[in-house]
Amino acid sequence: MMRVFIVILGLALFGSARLPTEHAIATAHRQLHFCAVDFDSELREQIGQLGFIAALSGFRSLVADVLFVQAHVAWERTEWGRVLLLFRQVTTLQPRAILFWETAAWHMAWNASAAAMRDSTQPRLALRIKAQREYFQLGKDFLERGIRKNPDRPQLYEALARLYRDKYNDHEHAAEFFGKAADRPGAPSYAKRFAAYELSACRGREREAYDRLHALYAAGENERLPTLIRRLKDLEIKLAIPLDQRISDPVP
Amino acid sequence: MFYVVLLFALLLIGNSIFMAQFTFQQEFQVLKDIALGSMSIFTSLLAVVATARLIPQDLEDRTIYTILAKPVPRFEYLLGKLAGVLLLLALSVIIMSTLFFIVLNVREQNVLSETLRQMHASPPDQMAEALGAIRASAFNVNLLPGIAIIYVKACLLAALTLFVSTFATTAMFTTVVMVFVYFIGHLQATARAYWLQTNAAGWITKAFLAFVTLLFPDLQLFNLVDDIVAGTVIPLALFVKTATLGFFYAGFYLLLAWSVFYRKEL
Repeated sequence: MMRVFIVILGLALFGSARLPTEHAIATAHRQLHFCAVDFDSELREQIGQLGFIAALSGFRSLVADVLFVQAHVAWERTEWGRVLLLFRQVTTLQPRAILFWETAAWHMAWNASAAAMRDSTQPRLALRIKAQREYFQLGKDFLERGIRKNPDRPQLYEALARLYRDKYNDHEHAAEFFGKAADRPGAPSYAKRFAAYELSACRGREREAYDRLHALYAAGENERLPTLIRRLKDLEIKLAIPLDQRISDPVP
Repeated sequence: MFYVVLLFALLLIGNSIFMAQFTFQQEFQVLKDIALGSMSIFTSLLAVVATARLIPQDLEDRTIYTILAKPVPRFEYLLGKLAGVLLLLALSVIIMSTLFFIVLNVREQNVLSETLRQMHASPPDQMAEALGAIRASAFNVNLLPGIAIIYVKACLLAALTLFVSTFATTAMFTTVVMVFVYFIGHLQATARAYWLQTNAAGWITKAFLAFVTLLFPDLQLFNLVDDIVAGTVIPLALFVKTATLGFFYAGFYLLLAWSVFYRKEL
């Protein structure tokens, strides 16, 4: 009996000794956005008791993958409601996986929205457009939540910029998010260029766009792509830039 | 161990064939998740099952009496047993990692050659960017510390199982206790968070949470692979701290096992 007591006491003392270290490591995890999952009753309702226990027991990514595969199958069957539900679960379980946020947004804003517009069971165009807009919004919502969970990575900013550009025709926001993507480490080389392209399509911001495009043009041969030259030429005319200050390249 | 590795290989190959219908990023992400997830499950399982049988098996075969009749200190006996299991775990982790990297490399080469074929007419910089994206989403050097932490977690579990087996009467009892410890260990972080919150609960609940926090290891700290696969970089300091904590745990549980086994009547 005495020995049991000593062992329990030893365990408790060891527990108190390691507590500050474990707390420090857990704090470092939070700072690095590790395991940024809220294990609450909402998640338990979403993934079921078994999935919840599995996720809590260190098999979070495995559960997320199983759900991702299910979402893929649901997409093949064009069951959009199920795709949405499953991707909400997947992104809740693996909030640091950029791919899941991007795929979820793509399914909603591109695939489901296109399917809604071609929905033969809905004869009214207004309702089809409404459904399409709702799917755009769902895609945007995925990307915005993904950015909140991964503020340091450029991919989701870029995806949101593309969504603004291609689905909302909102060049102002597209330029803003391409710009934010370009400011993050590991951003693709074209993000800065795309931000300037989008800015050139914004009314009243032509001068700013011209300055940015010209700076890119001056950066070197690699940036002098046909689209950049074409946009610069258009802006030179629009802003009535003096002939001696215009670029010498022919219009591609 | 053979069956564990065989199962792991089948899982990897089956998964890699099935995933061929995904995009390469999706395929690599799922392949890495499944490989590292199953590596974590299998090594944890192997650590518990292999260690739980050590002392009961020796008692049943009566080999323990022969060994301890010689001038072998009981601590050395336990240390030898644990070292054997740690070696077995290291071997299984190496084999599983090798298999995983082979499958990952084969898939990467397939995707690379397919991309080269499709983009043969593209400008060289575009081609280089595409190939770079494929390589970046396949092998990542951060996978290595993730695998190392899987091993550390298995070592911790093996030492804890050895401790439980010193007072358990059967291997089955040890295994069942360890299954519970495994689940509680993963919930420990949640218990600690609630315990340390100033106004979280009544004193009975707080006492219970303190009991869980102090007595059980925090296994959630060793689950780094989920985030590594998602692209998070593990700082060296964090890796060293986590690994040191794991070995510290293992050492402490070995000492506890010895303190129980020291005067145990056999």
